[in-house]
Amino acid sequence: VTDWRAVRRLVPEVLGALVRRYGRFDACEDAVQEALLAAAAQWPVQGWPSNPRGWLVTVASRRLADQLRSDTARRRREQVDAARIPPPPAGGDAALHLGARGPAGEDTLTLLFLCCHPALSPASQVALTLRAVGGLSTAEIARAFLVPEATMAQRISRAKQRIKATGATFDLPPPAEQAQRLGVMLQVLYLVFNEGYTATSGTRLVRAELTGEAVRLARELHRLVPGDGEVAGLLALMLLTDARRPARTAPDGSLVPLSEQDRSLWDAEAIAEGVALVTRALSNGPLGPYQLQAAIAAVHDEAPSAEATDWAQILALYTLLERTAPNPMVSLNRAVALAMVRGPAAGLAVLDSLSTDERIAGFHHLVSVRAHLLEMAGDRDAARSGYREAARRTTSEPERRHLHTRAARLG
Amino acid sequence: VKYMLLIYGNEEAFGSVGAEAFAEILRETDALNQELFESGELVGAYGVADQVNATVVRVTAGAPVVTDGPYAEAKEYLGSFTIVDCDSLERALEIAARNPAARYWGVEVRPLMHEANVEP
Repeated sequence: VTDWRAVRRLVPEVLGALVRRYGRFDACEDAVQEALLAAAAQWPVQGWPSNPRGWLVTVASRRLADQLRSDTARRRREQVDAARIPPPPAGGDAALHLGARGPAGEDTLTLLFLCCHPALSPASQVALTLRAVGGLSTAEIARAFLVPEATMAQRISRAKQRIKATGATFDLPPPAEQAQRLGVMLQVLYLVFNEGYTATSGTRLVRAELTGEAVRLARELHRLVPGDGEVAGLLALMLLTDARRPARTAPDGSLVPLSEQDRSLWDAEAIAEGVALVTRALSNGPLGPYQLQAAIAAVHDEAPSAEATDWAQILALYTLLERTAPNPMVSLNRAVALAMVRGPAAGLAVLDSLSTDERIAGFHHLVSVRAHLLEMAGDRDAARSGYREAARRTTSEPERRHLHTRAARLG
Repeated sequence: VKYMLLIYGNEEAFGSVGAEAFAEILRETDALNQELFESGELVGAYGVADQVNATVVRVTAGAPVVTDGPYAEAKEYLGSFTIVDCDSLERALEIAARNPAARYWGVEVRPLMHEANVEP
């Protein structure tokens, strides 16, 4: 092993070994991070160990022991009962005691459930998952989300305190809870993916890494629960969306809409993998929103040109999605598909019914979709002012520039 | 998602609450900031110097021209601002409502939409 990504893949197993032996998820997680930092400093200089996993377990155990010892000493000074502190591991032999592994991959799954605990806020779930499962350092996560390192450190530490307070243990949740908890986990992975995918400002490189990390974790999760259609659906959705990335931005950094992208730049291998995944998931049922969104992405990805897009199929899928997971954003997309199949007037009629929905009424998406359909209908003046209005309302800079361009094109 | 919470006012507005109430506002603000730091949501909180200390730089024909406090006639100026990174607009509004300034002068909440495109 000489690849740092391969080292990060060992993290759930190393952390799992420590937590199963000593309990105390929060302290073990800190110890594993310190071991990773030590590895990053030492291995490139002193050479890579023959057994990286064993090295990390040993060093992390020592760090944990140091931590527990100083905690114990402090407690003694404070004259607090320290009897329940577990005995520190015996130096270099720690790896021997910690040799036993859980069933392959189960540590990763258990950790994912723990990090995506429903008692945490989405931002905390994301941060903790990236650190404890992804093995990213606090500094890296802070950079990716453009917040000070102290803010991110505090967010992670607070998340661990919260988990401790809920009394959650390092075990898989009871089977009855698993489906719902898996749903939270998928949301967290999708958030990580979108954070990397939609951000075109900030540190581009690190952001692209977030997308890669989300795909890696979704792939790992799919390997662990291959029978779950929604896990397969999310992985497919990520692959089918990310496949278009090379065509999504122009050399000047501006957004290129789907209909204008150079499809020869799309990643054919990722598309083939995504299509195969979603096809298998859909034929095995039950249907879910990630599978349906992946199916829609697949229809777009398989069209040789924008004109050749099978809009009737997309309309059918959005109608199904609207029924499965009602949400005004889905209704907006269905309105676009309807306009493509039956003409702009049909789409505009759906928008009129949506504009009474408080959740979406003032939303820039509604305004920009209306402008788009008005443009299709040939009402250039109304479309132009619609694009300008939407540009004022969006909070995304690339989108704002794109909307101004659309308005300018109408003269 | 990052939001900027801005507090505007002027000498009269900031002075009219009285020294004791103002000190209490500062104590409450400190406690709120500490809480936001501990929850991992605080990016930064800053008090802005009075506008008599403001300086404006303009480059005219390639040369910088520096002028003092050009906004003396402005009715209100920026007194302080806080940047938070939280899950939703609802949460940002909740934080704004907890700010004691909301009881006196109001807190303006604006989403941040663009960040410096730098490589670390």
